[in-house]
Amino acid sequence: MRLLSSRRRHPATRALLLALALSVMGVLYATVAPTPASNADGQSSTQVAEGEALYKVGCASCHGLNAEGTSQGPTLIGVGSASVDFQMGTGRMPATAPGAQIPTKPKTYSDEEIAAIGAYIDSLDIGVTVPKPSQYSLEKPVRSQFPDGHDGDTAYQESLDEYYRVVALGGELFRTNCSACHNYQGTGGALPEGKYAPSLEGVEGKHVWEAMRTGPQQMPVFSEDVISDEEAAAMIAYLNDIHGQRNNGGLTLGGYGPVGEGLWAWIIGIGGLCCFAVWITRKGVRAK
Amino acid sequence: MARPVSTDSPVAEETATANRPEQMGPVFKAAAGPARWADERLGIAGLARSNLRKVFPDHWSFLLGEIALYSFIICLLSGVFLTLWFRPSMAEIEYEGTYQLLRGLPMSEAYASTIELSFDIRGGLLMRQIHHWGALLFIAAMFAHMLRVFFTGAFRKPRELNWLLGVGLIAIGMIEGFAGYSLPDDLLSGTGLRFVDGLVRSIPIVGTWLEFLVFGGEFPGDIIVARLYIAHVLLIPGIILGLIAAHLALVVYHKHTQFPGPGRTEKNVVGYPLFPVYMAKAGGFFFIVFGAVILMSATMQINPVWKYGAYNPEQVTAGSQPDWYMGWVEGAVRIMPGWEWHIGGTTWSWNVFLPAVMLMGLLFTVMGVYPFIEQWVTKDKDEHHLLERPRNNPTRTAFGVAAMSCYAMFWLGGGNDIIATMFHVSLNAVTYFLRVAVFVVPVIAFLITKRICISLQRYDIDRLTHGAESGVIDRSPDGGYAERHVPVSDEEAFTLTSHIPRRPLELEAAEDEDGVSTGKGGLKERMRAKASSFYYGDQPEKLTSEELAEAKSHILEHNPHAELEAGPSANGAADGDADADADESSTGAGAKH
Repeated sequence: MRLLSSRRRHPATRALLLALALSVMGVLYATVAPTPASNADGQSSTQVAEGEALYKVGCASCHGLNAEGTSQGPTLIGVGSASVDFQMGTGRMPATAPGAQIPTKPKTYSDEEIAAIGAYIDSLDIGVTVPKPSQYSLEKPVRSQFPDGHDGDTAYQESLDEYYRVVALGGELFRTNCSACHNYQGTGGALPEGKYAPSLEGVEGKHVWEAMRTGPQQMPVFSEDVISDEEAAAMIAYLNDIHGQRNNGGLTLGGYGPVGEGLWAWIIGIGGLCCFAVWITRKGVRAK
Repeated sequence: MARPVSTDSPVAEETATANRPEQMGPVFKAAAGPARWADERLGIAGLARSNLRKVFPDHWSFLLGEIALYSFIICLLSGVFLTLWFRPSMAEIEYEGTYQLLRGLPMSEAYASTIELSFDIRGGLLMRQIHHWGALLFIAAMFAHMLRVFFTGAFRKPRELNWLLGVGLIAIGMIEGFAGYSLPDDLLSGTGLRFVDGLVRSIPIVGTWLEFLVFGGEFPGDIIVARLYIAHVLLIPGIILGLIAAHLALVVYHKHTQFPGPGRTEKNVVGYPLFPVYMAKAGGFFFIVFGAVILMSATMQINPVWKYGAYNPEQVTAGSQPDWYMGWVEGAVRIMPGWEWHIGGTTWSWNVFLPAVMLMGLLFTVMGVYPFIEQWVTKDKDEHHLLERPRNNPTRTAFGVAAMSCYAMFWLGGGNDIIATMFHVSLNAVTYFLRVAVFVVPVIAFLITKRICISLQRYDIDRLTHGAESGVIDRSPDGGYAERHVPVSDEEAFTLTSHIPRRPLELEAAEDEDGVSTGKGGLKERMRAKASSFYYGDQPEKLTSEELAEAKSHILEHNPHAELEAGPSANGAADGDADADADESSTGAGAKH
């Protein structure tokens, strides 16, 4: 302590104290202050630059050089990386041709490139960002999480039952909010003027979540105030469950309801039985 | 397309073995005792004598009605099974059954018991699917049977009343099917009921009161399932059974119609006896129908109620359609423009009333009155037991095809969303197209069908006058090619010429030579004459027997080898005639008229 107190009048003391105070403040600020939305760290800024370069080549002709939008495509300022991930991750963007609705196709960009463009779009304004898996998937209990033995079995069964109750509620939410366009088992349906609600079979949970939050093309936005992440995850789990379900009762005939059933009743039922009728009238006693 | 002359000669079959006691097999011997016991108490021998040997003609299209009958029996049997488990109640419960994806959700007893039937009752899902596929087939087969009867003119005197019974069966069958569709109380059946609710309410002035009467209050209420249930399992099946009994009794009384052919007249029935031939065939066909329905039910999912979820009036699913037989009504409502009147506090929903209530009424009215319209046009009071080939009555056939095409357009309208998504076309385009097509397509279909029928008649005449293509090509010395023609067999010639083409009615003179009105020139007669010439004005002339003989000698003259080739078939025709007569005598149950 003597060392410090004996030198307290040293001419350098003032400068050194100022430097110390500044660095303490700086460190404190750096730890306490919120991180800005734009990723200022080195790696992200290169990702943004990369994304911008990709954007200028692949997207700018329709969406504008600064994502401000043109007559050919809407502005992308503020749509967020979730929208980019949905549109490009399902192959809808880049679109091959304008039309009533842009269809899906095999995606042309790698996941890293899509993430880079997403980062660029996120750097323009705040929007819905790509969700974490916990936001769109329910955790299904597995047996190994529970202790061995009878008590473990019971606990596992109870937890599984609880899980399915949540999924069942997701089903009810799906039928209330989605089935009017996407059909009761998510096989899709028609909308006016050549538009359509696409089939949800085989669609990744992440993309379903992104579609709900960003409302691509004809789809309305279901914001977090309307459907929480938990509910969205339950709906996605319901879809996965009915699509993974074995077909109780036989071939589903496309899952289009009574139109398909009527068609097959006539073709296979009446058509097939007419063939048998022709056969049986020719059989045995000669038909004349 | 070259159609060869038929050369296979029908073989006379011995069908009367049962009449000969010495040939009785062990089965007959064993049956003799109980049969006598029953006969002494019930007198069934007399009934059996007159009915077991009843002759039925053979043609595959005569089995369409049997498909309907058998699928109805299948529905009765499977339906009894379903009633053992189904609970027709709209009381709300919370589901705690085995299907995990519905647990904890509120639903009606009816829906919960349907889920239970599907997943917890052994064979329940299969039975449900049998019942549903059977119902679809029942109504489809009735329609197919009705078309057969229409296109062959089997509805003519004396069978008009039986035609009306059939129309009634189709109408009641549709109601029965719809009631069944509404029972499970899943999202689809509830949406269907909502459709009917709208239909009832669209009836001007009294609609709302009728709705309250039917649903016991505001839709959906809590009693409609119970009401439909009793109609579905008791009232309507009872009426259907009664109508079927009357329908079949009239078939027995009138005897079955037959297609024209050698040995077949308006006064006989050529075919095979009920016992043993038709019992074997019809019994066998029952098992085929049963097997086909079960095969379909075991391999093709129908109405997966567990995926639709319980009915909840705030939900609706894309692809909400009725079963196929109501699809045309659905389509008519879908393509109808939204016309509505508001007069003094009342709403006149023409957009629902016209396409739903009025159109259904129109279809069944047209079906019901058609036989009488045709009778009025032709002034035909004769009995007809020989069927007409569809081509030989071009206008009737064209009317039928026009009606079918109109029905088909409405039908497509019912699936306009599925068509739009399947074929990647605009839903609006499909709808606008159908709005025009329901009026235009039937007209086009009428004209085309009529021309095709007349062309087919000319083709028949061509076969008679120029012979059939033999498939043998001759090269003449100067290098030309020509196909040899041979005369058609006498049997075929008989069949082709047995039809007497109708001529338009001549308008009788309105006044006799003294200028006194004969009462024949009235508006009614003039309209009839017009209709008659519309119906029969462009029928090709029938060949006379001189023309036929001349044509035959002409073909033979041109083609010296033809006689040899035609030889076997000519013999065959002779056999055929003999065979027909033999059937008549051996069965002893020809027609009595």
